[in-house]
Amino acid sequence: MPGLKLEGVGKSFGTFAAVAGVDLDLPPGKLVCLLGPSGCGKTTLLRLVAGLEEPSTGRVRFDGQDLTRIPAHKRGFGMVFQSLALFPHLSVGENVGYALRIRGTGRAERRRRVEELLELVRLPGVANRHISQLSGGQRQRVAIARALALDPRLFLLDEPLSALDAKLREAMQVELRMLQQRLGITTIVVTHDQREAMTMADVVVVMERGHTRQIGPPLEIYRNPASTFVADFIGITNLLPGRATGSDEVTVANVPIRVGAGKELSRGVEVTLSVRPEEVHVLAADAGGDNRLPGEVTFIRDLGASVEISVDCGGLTVLAITTPKERPGARVGERAMVELPPAACIALSS
Amino acid sequence: MTRPVPRGLGQHLVVIYPALMLGVFFIVPFAIMLAVSFFHRVQGGFYEPGFELDNYARFFSAFFARVLGFSVLVAGLAALVSVIVCFPFTYLVTRLGRRWQVVLLVYILAVLSLSEVIIGFSWSTLLSRTAGISNLLVWLGLMDAPAAWSPGLTALLLGLCYLGFPYTVLILYPPLSRLDPQLPEAARMLGASPLRTFFTVVVPAMRSTILGALIMVFVFTLGAYLLPQVLGRPQHWTLSVLITDQAIFQSNLPFAAAMAIFLMLVSLALVGLTMMLGSREALR
Repeated sequence: MPGLKLEGVGKSFGTFAAVAGVDLDLPPGKLVCLLGPSGCGKTTLLRLVAGLEEPSTGRVRFDGQDLTRIPAHKRGFGMVFQSLALFPHLSVGENVGYALRIRGTGRAERRRRVEELLELVRLPGVANRHISQLSGGQRQRVAIARALALDPRLFLLDEPLSALDAKLREAMQVELRMLQQRLGITTIVVTHDQREAMTMADVVVVMERGHTRQIGPPLEIYRNPASTFVADFIGITNLLPGRATGSDEVTVANVPIRVGAGKELSRGVEVTLSVRPEEVHVLAADAGGDNRLPGEVTFIRDLGASVEISVDCGGLTVLAITTPKERPGARVGERAMVELPPAACIALSS
Repeated sequence: MTRPVPRGLGQHLVVIYPALMLGVFFIVPFAIMLAVSFFHRVQGGFYEPGFELDNYARFFSAFFARVLGFSVLVAGLAALVSVIVCFPFTYLVTRLGRRWQVVLLVYILAVLSLSEVIIGFSWSTLLSRTAGISNLLVWLGLMDAPAAWSPGLTALLLGLCYLGFPYTVLILYPPLSRLDPQLPEAARMLGASPLRTFFTVVVPAMRSTILGALIMVFVFTLGAYLLPQVLGRPQHWTLSVLITDQAIFQSNLPFAAAMAIFLMLVSLALVGLTMMLGSREALR
């Protein structure tokens, strides 16, 4: 059984269950994002995999081997910490070569490998510099190079980009993903930023209060969220409360809305409709047809590249995102009709 | 004279208050001591103003060189032992839960309230032949006959270290508790065992803290004047003991003042040297 396998792994601190019996199978060579709000247990789960915490329950296996009782320094995993944790008393080169020094690699071989690693993270020729002489982005690269020094079997990153400013972060996401694909290394990234997860991940694990809520490719989770929590956390969505009035029909604000293919709804049950704003169309007030809610435009946010229109439909605010080219003529204060295409409507149990 | 304008009162106070404290409690007493060290001693009496270097000239003898050397050696040794023992202890304390940390720190603060006299006489009893620990070892069958371990150099060092422990812990605690816990964890992930992590990451990352603690404990134990008399033999009496002896029992204040100033200069020079070596090490 290649790859990482978690069997009912849980961790409690006193009476607080940080991670509650997680089962997870990570295929080798993929990048997995543990995604969730702060305090959902994603960092604790990563630390359990790393061996920095001992699980209260369950087992951690890698390539079939039981690692549950193996200490962190014998697991052969590389890790990048949130604070980066670069050793302040060592130079850049000594930081990157620390693992090799511990292992007893010779000085010449060590120097060659350090240069190679710095080359890999596109930071050549800084081996003799002091850590304090580097910028935030450069430190990030040094931390990555250091963690990769021993060709780890598993690469773990705990909110690695949180210290960088927004622009640099976006660039590093792409670079990190390309590096991971080039090396083909199994990687787990902890993040609370859904954009980061969408950019980098092959598989996203959405977590909430110590439980995994949904596991799958990012786009699949985006299009087919399993719960209102997941729908709301991954991207922006309209959550509209309603009641099932047929096997594929939900009544929202007294208007029957047909929903896309999915599990059959039982009549009379309270459900929440999730509709992504880019699927919503804003039409003229007199446009008739099915799956349409009448309302009044309350706000238009024109960002240049996209236009966001808020429409108040009998107390429910529906957000539509469109491009400037397809921008409807509606203005703030005017009546309008919002169309919710059936294929974009996902009924979730409330 | 500065005439405080109401608007600038706060700003003036910022300067005046520390200047006043320094002046009253440090500069004035030090100036008096410096002046007295050059005064003329009246045999059988007190002293009279004057200017002579006799008090300083008395140092340049083999006796005082030996006492000074011994004083510095003992204080240095006590500082070294205190830091070596307390550093791992304090590091482990900072890894404990909040509740245990508070309990241990309160206990250490309690030890701090013991006076040098109590510590000295307690150790002297514990190390004595008639009532000491050796009796316990005899009872356990580990020794043949009880022995007197005090007075002696080991007893003196033991007492000085005991005196220095709580100070060392309190000096080391704040920087150690601020140490990023992810630093040792990063070392663990890079293949270092807990012991290697301690020696290759925790100790070097705390180099300047360790140096600072060494200096503080050194200066602190250098001033101890009761323990050498209680736990040491006359040949173990440090310069601080001689200063006390001259000032209180021989009523030779000018000579005592001269010795005190000399001791201060020597310890300042040593501290300066240590800091210079430390900063050169850090630059490397």
